[in-house]
Amino acid sequence: MKRAALILTALILMASAPPPPAPVEDRPLADPAQEARAQAIHESLRCVVCQNESIAESGAVLAADLRQVVRERVSAGDSDKEVRAFMVERYGDFVLLKPPFEAATWLLWLGPFAVVLIGAGAVFAYLRRRRSAGEATPLTREERARLDALLAEEDEA
Amino acid sequence: MIRRLMFFVPVVALAVLAGLLWLGLGRDPEALPSTLIDRPLPAFELAPVRTGEDHGLATTDLTGRPMLLNVFASWCVGCRLEHPFLMELAGRGVVIQGLDWKDPPGAGAAWLAEHGDPYARVGDDPDGRTGIDLGVSGAPETFIVDARGRVRHRHVGPITPEVWETELRPILQRLEAEG
Repeated sequence: MKRAALILTALILMASAPPPPAPVEDRPLADPAQEARAQAIHESLRCVVCQNESIAESGAVLAADLRQVVRERVSAGDSDKEVRAFMVERYGDFVLLKPPFEAATWLLWLGPFAVVLIGAGAVFAYLRRRRSAGEATPLTREERARLDALLAEEDEA
Repeated sequence: MIRRLMFFVPVVALAVLAGLLWLGLGRDPEALPSTLIDRPLPAFELAPVRTGEDHGLATTDLTGRPMLLNVFASWCVGCRLEHPFLMELAGRGVVIQGLDWKDPPGAGAAWLAEHGDPYARVGDDPDGRTGIDLGVSGAPETFIVDARGRVRHRHVGPITPEVWETELRPILQRLEAEG
C-alpha cells in the first residue's frame, strides 16, 4: 500500500518535472588510433545506470559523459590500464565487464574448472570401482555344488 | 558405511547450493558499494548556484562536524519526492550540503526559489564531472561525511522518513558521538 502510494506520487511528480538533460554528443578524437583505443575501452566498461550494457552501447546520459571522460584521458596520454584504473577508483570493480583476478574473485574464475575436475574425479573413481567389482571371483566348492543342484532341478522340471 | 555416506554428498552439495541461491534472491543486484567509503572526499571547488553568492561548495566546507552531501537536480523526479523531507531535516538542524548535478544554467537557482532551500551551501556541477569523481550513478544520492571530511555512507535514491530513521540517522548519530 505504502509502495503504491509512493509510485503514484512519483508518477504525479514525473508529469510535472522538466525532462532530464540530453546525453552530450559524442565528439570522436581526431587521431583515429586514439579514437579506436577509446572505443575499445568504452566496450570494456559497464554502464552503472543500466548495468548490463557497456558504456559504448548505452544511451544513458552518464554513459555519454563517461565516454567523453575516457576520450579525454586517452588524448591526455593515459594508458588503457590507467583509464580503467581511473574508472575503478570511482565506480569500483563493477565497472569492468571483465572482472580482475584477485582475492575476492578467484572463486569466480576458478570455480567452473574446479567443478569439472571434481566431476571428472568422481566419474573416474566410479568407473574404476565398477571395473574392479566386475572381476569375477571363482565360486567356492559349496557354491558350485548348490549351482549344479539348482541346474539339475531345472532340467528335471 | 563410508560408501553409504558418499551417497549423501551430492544431496548435501545441492542443498548448500540451493541455500546460497536462495540467499542471493534477497540481495539487491543494483546496489553498488561506494568506493569512497572511509576515504576522504575528492577535492572539488564548485561555483555557486544561488544568485548573489561568490562561493558555491568546496571539499573544505564538508569538515568540522558530520553532515550530509545531497546530489540533486531540477529534472530529477526522486529529488522532488525527497525535497520536502530535506526541508524538514534542515529545520531540525541537520547540516545538508547540496551538489546541483548536471543542471542547465539557472535551473538550480529556480528550483531552490520554488521549492525552498534546505542546504548550508550549494555548488553547481553543470557538466557532472564532480559527480563522476564521487562515483555518482544518478540523482538523488546522499553521502554521509564525518567531521574529518571522510565519506562514511552512501544512500542511492530519495531519502524518505523511513530511510532516514532506519538507515541514515543511526549512522549520523554514531558519528556525532565519535566527535
